[in-house]
Amino acid sequence: MSIRKLIATGCVIAAAAVSAQSTFAGDKLRIATEGAYAPFNMVNSEGQLVGFDVEIANALCVEMKADCDVVAQDWDGIIPGLRARKYDAIVASMSITKERLRVVDFSEKYYSNVLAFVGPKGADMGVTKAALKGKTIGAQRATIAGQTLEDVYGDTVNVKLYDTQDNAYLDMSSGRLDGLLSDKFPAYDWLKSTEGKKFEFKGADIDINDKIGIAVRKGDKLKGKLDKAIKAIVANGKYAEINAKYFPFSIY
Amino acid sequence: MSWEWEIIWQYLPKLLDGAWLTLELIALSGLFGMLLALPIALMRASKNAWLRAIPFAYIFFFRGTPLLVQIFLIYYGASQFEVIKESFLWPILKQPYWCAIIAFSLNTAAYSAELLRGAIQSIPKGEVEVCEALGMSKPLMIRRVVLPRAFGIVLPAYGNELLLMLKSSALASTITLLDITGMARTIIARTYTPMEMFFAAGMVYLVIAALMIATFRFIEFRLNRYQYYHHTPLPKTLDPQLRDEHLDT
Repeated sequence: MSIRKLIATGCVIAAAAVSAQSTFAGDKLRIATEGAYAPFNMVNSEGQLVGFDVEIANALCVEMKADCDVVAQDWDGIIPGLRARKYDAIVASMSITKERLRVVDFSEKYYSNVLAFVGPKGADMGVTKAALKGKTIGAQRATIAGQTLEDVYGDTVNVKLYDTQDNAYLDMSSGRLDGLLSDKFPAYDWLKSTEGKKFEFKGADIDINDKIGIAVRKGDKLKGKLDKAIKAIVANGKYAEINAKYFPFSIY
Repeated sequence: MSWEWEIIWQYLPKLLDGAWLTLELIALSGLFGMLLALPIALMRASKNAWLRAIPFAYIFFFRGTPLLVQIFLIYYGASQFEVIKESFLWPILKQPYWCAIIAFSLNTAAYSAELLRGAIQSIPKGEVEVCEALGMSKPLMIRRVVLPRAFGIVLPAYGNELLLMLKSSALASTITLLDITGMARTIIARTYTPMEMFFAAGMVYLVIAALMIATFRFIEFRLNRYQYYHHTPLPKTLDPQLRDEHLDT
């Protein structure tokens, strides 16, 4: 009896191991996000990653019938980490740029980004290059906003680059900055907060034809699957449902 | 992964701009740190228990917490208080440059004060007794004997401390300063060549460290001359009657 039981147990364990392995080898996807870019990706009070990006990532995984694991990774190491195979995709509100396309592939866009200046409420702040001359303007390092600020305004404006958007907000509310150049949607979220109430958008939106996509390693077949899944969730209304939770307007 | 040497050459001038800021940071913090460490070390070496106790908390805090935390407390922490934002300190604390220098100075002062205290206490007792026997006043003794001797003793260890500070100064990049590391990270954000840029940044640090080591060796050589003294051999043609056999070897 004991031998029979032993064999039976052995079989069960082996079967479990095999099935566990097959799900692991199957579609276990590791997806990186930053976790400091509200409302797209942030860490809630329970320490979990939440936000628009995370919900989109999960919706895509459901659509692709993949088992996903969303992990947090600092922004300026996020592309090197992808290339080092620490994860398979980046869903972190990343703009599709020529420079990035040299080192990674991107899915189709999953939303479109515009930039906007933020300044103190009531302050008369022009956003032309001449009007901003000598002002201290902040942005996040390694972002489109940061690069636009450096490239377009860098010679006349005092540019300050931050590791995270949160640190830029902190310095905006402490008065070290005259203004911020930021992606509009996360700033929209911040302006609703207690700290952000004292500030408002200045000037018109800056459309820099900025499409946000999902980064994968060069030549990875995952790109095709993601493209299909994005199309599917836009078509079946899942996308609009997530969008409406965060913004009263469509950001696709 | 391909290695792009051109990128290093293309951005080297920017890295050198960063190197200049790093040098400024460590020179100023080293100076302020030393000025602060001096009185603290004298207090720590004092025979009076109260005087010894006063700087204890300060040294304990700055040696016991990470420098990054200290920088964040001074830069992001201080700006949370309306009192500070309305005070005369704000024009200084508003600038990341001065916040970094304040944090580095306070940090290095805590370490160097302990180094100096050790050096002061390791001065041979006889030398202090000689001063007392000669009737020197305390300030005169400190100025003429204790500090010059302590500096000679502390130099190798202090050189170490400055080298550590050179590398800690990379943390300035976390509060928007474009030092070597900050510059390298900003360039990497644009070019996605972390290997090349961090390699180049490392080399710049290495060159600065080499210069600092050489400078300290030189000062050590000057200040502790007696340790490097060699007898000059007497000329062979010297009159044998003038020879002193103790000096001959």
